[in-house]
Amino acid sequence: MGIDSEHVIIQMVDVNKWFGQFHVLKDINLTVHKGERIVVCGPSGSGKSTMIRCINRLEEHQKGKIVVDGVELTDDLKQIDTIRREVGMVFQHFNLFPHLTVLENCTLALSWVRKQPRAEAHKIAMKYLERVKIPEQADKYPGQLSGGQQQRVAIARSLCMSPKVMLFDEPTSALDPEMIKEVLDVMVELAREGMTMLCVTHEMGFAKTVANRVIFMDEGQIVEENEPEEFFNNPRNERTQLFLSQVLHH
Amino acid sequence: MAEAFVEKPDLSPPIASVGVVEWLRANLFSTPFNALLTLVCLYLIYLSAPPAIEWLFVHADWRGETRDDCAGDGACWVFVKARFGQFMYGFYPEAQRWRVDAAFLIFIAGLAALMTPRVPGKRWVALFLLFVFPFVAYTLFYGGILGFEVVETALWGGLMLTLIIATIGIVASLPLGVVLALGRRSQMPIVRALCVAFIELWRGVPLITVLFMASVMLPLFLPEGVSFDKLLRAFIGVTLFQSAYMAEVIRGGLQAIPQGQYEAAKALGLNYWKLMALVVLPQALKLVIPGIVNTFIALFKDTTLVLIIGLFDLLGIVQAALTDPNWLGFAVEGYIFAGFGYWIFCFGMSRYSQYIERKLETGHARR
Ligand SMILES: Nc1ncnc2c1ncn2[C@@H]1O[C@H](COP(=O)(O)OP(=O)(O)OP(=O)(O)O)[C@@H](O)[C@H]1O
Ligand SMILES: [Mg+2]
Repeated sequence: MGIDSEHVIIQMVDVNKWFGQFHVLKDINLTVHKGERIVVCGPSGSGKSTMIRCINRLEEHQKGKIVVDGVELTDDLKQIDTIRREVGMVFQHFNLFPHLTVLENCTLALSWVRKQPRAEAHKIAMKYLERVKIPEQADKYPGQLSGGQQQRVAIARSLCMSPKVMLFDEPTSALDPEMIKEVLDVMVELAREGMTMLCVTHEMGFAKTVANRVIFMDEGQIVEENEPEEFFNNPRNERTQLFLSQVLHH
Repeated sequence: MAEAFVEKPDLSPPIASVGVVEWLRANLFSTPFNALLTLVCLYLIYLSAPPAIEWLFVHADWRGETRDDCAGDGACWVFVKARFGQFMYGFYPEAQRWRVDAAFLIFIAGLAALMTPRVPGKRWVALFLLFVFPFVAYTLFYGGILGFEVVETALWGGLMLTLIIATIGIVASLPLGVVLALGRRSQMPIVRALCVAFIELWRGVPLITVLFMASVMLPLFLPEGVSFDKLLRAFIGVTLFQSAYMAEVIRGGLQAIPQGQYEAAKALGLNYWKLMALVVLPQALKLVIPGIVNTFIALFKDTTLVLIIGLFDLLGIVQAALTDPNWLGFAVEGYIFAGFGYWIFCFGMSRYSQYIERKLETGHARR
């Protein structure tokens, strides 16, 4: 589960993005190595979601360079598809497909993107549903599950594609307090197994337990970047200090 | 001192809250105004129902061959009976009518297999109906191959023609509508502009105009000697017209699908077509089943407009029969029969769509 510092999975170089006139991302530079677990935090509207959504092209950057596992993100649809297959993403609102059962949610991309035969897809899906501890819900529809269960299904759905990196965009912030833990437990376990993770979250406990690095963003910039110990105990930037005082006393 | 907890047994509800009397009280006589409405309605039914039933059934003439058999003062169903073959098949030669029956039987069998849950091999039945059956139907209806005698489309008519036009219209306008709706929401400006122009053009003109143009104007533009079958022109007119409506219904469904569904599908690596076919369209189409069926029903009834271009569908053939000197004066019977014919099919579609909606309900709360 160590970090392979030879192997760069994500590289963002001077990435800039605008929404109309609004400059959301300003000269973002970020290198993620294989096996790293990075937590991104920062005030609302600082561009955290936008940054990680650029990595699988849910948002398009206008300047700079993003390379994912050796493939550069350009307008070439083939390359975008290649990258999306290697990058899993978990959303704040789960975004499960409501017309498919839990199992079908998991097998959909296996069958249609990875072209796995039915039985094989089924096997893989059940493996990951067991991993997130809800194999017994396989035949239910998402609408019949609790929020925490839905988010765990969403994680399993991404894992089925055996991604090299997992992106999480505030995976617990739409959940009731008693469900946050069941999702975090799954994520901690995933981290233990060596998954490369980039996680936007305000769960500072999670950051302290699993992160190798914490990144603080504000107004479209990476303001501070450090190991969790240093980050929480000795924040250097005053904006980080202000933010941490608000989050930690919450 | 707290009392010990005692489990209470399930009791049946008090009689007054479930019986007929209670139902009447709660639904028909709950307020003085409601009671008044109920009484007025009952009175109206009392006034109109008995004479209608007497005319339709009690005093009606059922037996016989000619109008002389219609002596009573009720409806003359002998007229409908005598003309029944024509109402069903138009001027299709009597000796060949079994071909029409055969085609419809095959179609109904296929449809029934598709519509009933738990029939195995649905995929093959669907493929057969979509790709093989059209050739079978063409051979049977039109002929000219395999030793089947040719029956010109000018001879087709009655319910058969109504069903053929409606079925082709329905089968062709749904996929065309999907394509147009996707095109209208496309990122590509030219595709979008073309789809918008197409939809707005066809929605902006009455179907009668379309049919009239197809039948009268089109030949003027075509080089001499080239002629399209009149029925084929009607098919094309009806299909293009209805697909424009269908496109707008489906677009409504597409707009209701949250952005998150697209994002999740993209993040999994599904490309545009797979994303649409597997994630977005199944949800969007399900949402607009009532609108789609509404369009189907409108289409079914609009087939009567082919009358304009000299094709005799169910209504057309009934109307033609009314002008027969031997059967003058039976317009009401004719129209009631035609109306009943349309109603059966439209009501059937409506009920089936409700069944499908219930079946597809997966209990999801939308976010
Ligand atoms: N599609 C869009 N069009 C225009 N502006 C947008 C769009 N998406 C985001 N923004 C703006 O970009 C800024 C950054 O948004 P982003 O969602 O990345 O913030 P965030 O850091 O994830 O915030 P939060 O913690 O609230 O999720 C915000 O000010 C937002 O209003
Ligand atoms: Mg966000």
